[in-house]
Amino acid sequence: MAGIRTAVVGVGQTRHVSARHDVSIAGLVREAAVEALEDAGMDWGDIDAVVIGKAPDMFEGVLMPEMYLADALGAANKPMLRVHTAGSVGGSTAIVAAKLVMAGIHKRVLTVAFEKQSESNATWGLTVGMPFQAPLVAGAGGYFAPLIRAYMARSGAPRHIGHLVAVKDRLAALRNPKAHLHLADIDLKMVEESFLLWDPLRYLDVCPSSDGAMALVIGSEDVADAAPGPAAWIHGTAMRSEPTMFAGRDQINPQAGRDCAADVYAQAGITNPREDFDMAEVYVPFSWYEPMWLENLGFCAEGDGWKLTEAGATAPDGDIPWNPSGGVLSSNPIGASGMIRFGEAAQQVRERAGDYQVELKTGLALGQAYGGGSQFFSMWVVGNQKPE
Amino acid sequence: MRDVAVIAFAQDIAEHDRERNEVEFVIPVVRDAIAQSGIDRHDIGFTVSGSCDYLSGGPFTFVQGLDAVGAWPPIKESHLEMDAAWALYEAWVAIQVGDVDSALIYGFGKSSLGDVHEIFNLQNDPYSVMPLWPSTVDLAALQACAAIAANVTNEREMAEIAARDRRAALANLHAIAGRDVSADVLLGEPVTHAPLRDADIAPITDGAAAIVIAAAEIANHACERPAWIRGIEHRIEPQSMGVRDLTRSESTRLAAIAADVGGGPIDVAELHTQFSHEEPILRVALGLGPETEVNPSGGPLGANPIMSSGLIRIGEVASRIHSGSVHRGVAHATQGPCLQQNLVCVLEGERN
Amino acid sequence: MTEVLVEKHVLEYPGGYTRSVGPVIGRFLTGLRDGRIEGVRGSDGKVLVPPTEYDPYTAQATGEFVEVGPCGVVTAWTWVAQPRVDKQPLDHPFGWALIRLDGADTSMLHAVAVDGPDALSVGLRVQPRWRTERIGSIRDIEAFVPEGSEPLVIPEPAPDAEPVTGIVTPTRLEYEINAGTAPSKYLLGLAQGKMIGQRAVGSDQVYLPPRGSDPTSGEATEIEVEVADVGTVTTYCVVNVPGLSETSPEIPYVCAQILLDGANTPWFGLIQGLAADEVRMGLRVKAIWADVLVANAASVKWFEPNGEPDAPYESYREYA
Repeated sequence: MAGIRTAVVGVGQTRHVSARHDVSIAGLVREAAVEALEDAGMDWGDIDAVVIGKAPDMFEGVLMPEMYLADALGAANKPMLRVHTAGSVGGSTAIVAAKLVMAGIHKRVLTVAFEKQSESNATWGLTVGMPFQAPLVAGAGGYFAPLIRAYMARSGAPRHIGHLVAVKDRLAALRNPKAHLHLADIDLKMVEESFLLWDPLRYLDVCPSSDGAMALVIGSEDVADAAPGPAAWIHGTAMRSEPTMFAGRDQINPQAGRDCAADVYAQAGITNPREDFDMAEVYVPFSWYEPMWLENLGFCAEGDGWKLTEAGATAPDGDIPWNPSGGVLSSNPIGASGMIRFGEAAQQVRERAGDYQVELKTGLALGQAYGGGSQFFSMWVVGNQKPE
Repeated sequence: MRDVAVIAFAQDIAEHDRERNEVEFVIPVVRDAIAQSGIDRHDIGFTVSGSCDYLSGGPFTFVQGLDAVGAWPPIKESHLEMDAAWALYEAWVAIQVGDVDSALIYGFGKSSLGDVHEIFNLQNDPYSVMPLWPSTVDLAALQACAAIAANVTNEREMAEIAARDRRAALANLHAIAGRDVSADVLLGEPVTHAPLRDADIAPITDGAAAIVIAAAEIANHACERPAWIRGIEHRIEPQSMGVRDLTRSESTRLAAIAADVGGGPIDVAELHTQFSHEEPILRVALGLGPETEVNPSGGPLGANPIMSSGLIRIGEVASRIHSGSVHRGVAHATQGPCLQQNLVCVLEGERN
Repeated sequence: MTEVLVEKHVLEYPGGYTRSVGPVIGRFLTGLRDGRIEGVRGSDGKVLVPPTEYDPYTAQATGEFVEVGPCGVVTAWTWVAQPRVDKQPLDHPFGWALIRLDGADTSMLHAVAVDGPDALSVGLRVQPRWRTERIGSIRDIEAFVPEGSEPLVIPEPAPDAEPVTGIVTPTRLEYEINAGTAPSKYLLGLAQGKMIGQRAVGSDQVYLPPRGSDPTSGEATEIEVEVADVGTVTTYCVVNVPGLSETSPEIPYVCAQILLDGANTPWFGLIQGLAADEVRMGLRVKAIWADVLVANAASVKWFEPNGEPDAPYESYREYA
């Protein structure tokens, strides 16, 4: 991996809920940032730069809200950047922040991603009707459900696979006190009986809409060595994008995702992700995206993703746990969701994941986020040992 | 730090363009900048853009912009909801990390689609300012008032700046508000947003711009006189106008020190002055003396395509270094109400 | 020059954004509702008005509340000759000012109601004019007026009123969106009942709808290609979620990606003419055009089966 050694030295996040009526936008992001700073043993004055990410400004109706948030995030007279790469933004934001350290420009960077979706309505925000465009698709599910159907046709996956993921991730969330959904009674029957929104997606196959924020403090090697807590060393970062629509584009198993994984694996020395990682936090906003991304990320051969899910390989007690935090299916403040994946992966290798800690063998974990029409990808590999 | 230079710059500017959409603005500038760079499209290491959803009136504006790039096979790509000058900063960082050696940066936006001065009220504090709906011009006028009250500038100096920029814009093919006018004539024109006259205010502009930067091993082959980035720094201030000293630009001053603006003579400065009174404030913050020519392109008072106007400042300085007409210059970009956030980039040609 | 299309567009979250404000801003807004202006002390002891939740320079949480004003002094001003009457506080020409209230160390933006700009100056003393109906908003002060120019009425707090915890902010923005040169050609084709895609020079890939460039190369799609209004459903979903717009179809409806014969990108369209559970991948369909053709996608009401046998999976696999 290029650049100087860099690590996550502080992690903070809010409890994710459908509506945080008790805080302002600034109050929300502060909670995550303060927790990350405390974890890193730092105060505001220690931070060299701030990098903020979120999804479209129309969710909160504040244009470039980072301008107003400069005070709350201690950015006065410091550099501040604002990233927006659709659903992958939380991951991209962490990578932009990490690169400031890898390049040797800064030693301590605070990065925060958030969404306060209760200020409006996510379905409205994602599908604002524009002139010259037919208002056909209601919400992100209307876009992704046809792709899921195509995956089912291509792979021969049976219809219950998605529901298995929906149950698995909600059960996992019961161990994560910060997860939005805590569905104590969740089982296959409950998912199967939930409302059919966008056939084949049922209500419980779909992520919730959350208010929440995630923050990381990223530091250079000397900062990490001196930090009070363990470090999650960054072994690789990668981003890839491809156009929304072109002839022959594989929307189910996008080339950009495969290229992004190949890039980050090469940096981290990963040759067999299912064996080389202890776990992965992957952006699964619709249950079926677990088997789809298992294939895209090379955890199995193409067409076999659903078999891993069905066999329980991705469960917390499986051989390669995916989303033991409960994942996007249990908490989805859109702009933060990618950074939550990256941060949860870091917490696992720091052995700070509490009741949903997985057993560490290789000490390596993957964080992944995607966005747009499955066209923007960001990934990182973190580990409990310094990269070579 | 790796030596990195601006090696190509293209812009496409229009006033109230009703034919082309945003993608159609980006297509020619990206193609032109890549052609100038001599780098094959597939060999560009990193691509990053700046745009604003609220300018186009819908979410994910940058996704459409990507259609103009030819992102296939998949590319390493990022997007900032910031003026593309900051995208150039992100690209420069990527090259510093060392895994890429070149980058394409573009910014685009059509300010004419809505009431852009009203739209940017949504950038203000959502609780104590946004509900009042001050326009961008209203807030700038308050800053101008404060600057005049503090003797940082005066209406005559502002008129002289506005007249100089409008005259300079006449010689710039990409400017839209060129005008052969004197300060005396401007001072006779009505004050529309006290103390500002219309000539003090940047025109509503549609447009896009693209730049290619590269590390030395590529830049030295691509370009006879690469414009080396000697320093690039940016800082933000608190937003509240009542908290800041509006007569100074502390964030610009700090960025200028960090970028070592004062490390040598500055032949030319391209400043992102969307209002004439901002120039005296920025000159002080940057430490510019009378030997520095300011805004020879006409600056944003000649053309101000929001989201690429800051990037264009870098391009305008770089193109003068490319042509050999200047040796060292500074480019400035800003965003936020009343110069809240500022970027300073020092560019230099190779000394013979 | 091709005819280009322009349409009005309103960007407005229905009902306005619902903003929770947190304890500090909430107390400030509660004060305004009750006819009281409060600031907070920052890290250096200075009184910040309007209050911020965090010190602007140290980022520490701000502390004690301090009542300020109600009168103050103008530190900067400007004049609004043409108010945005649907949005700004006053419906006649007015001034904006930064006002440092008595007891405050920072200035607050607000409107000043005077007859003309000549009545404004730095150093002018002003007092608030409260609205009769106050809800906990910065706009509970209608405007400031020169001190002593009218009786200063301090409102009585409403008895037993709950603290303010949120505000609703309408943000209606109006745009005129132009479709662009390439989409206009396609949209004008729809107005003639034609499906006109585009391709770039040197490429055989036909984009429909075209956006102006071949996204794989970045080249402009300058060549027009008329394609059939018949195609194949490559994939679809049955939607049971009501749309938010008046023109959204009634649920349940089937939304499909349809690869029109001769095009290389899918069209997103409705499928009707058969039960939702009979729709399938590979179904051959034809466009049902509206009685009145217009230059947008509403010209195609929906697609229906055209009676041909289903297309084999391999024929559209790479599109699904």
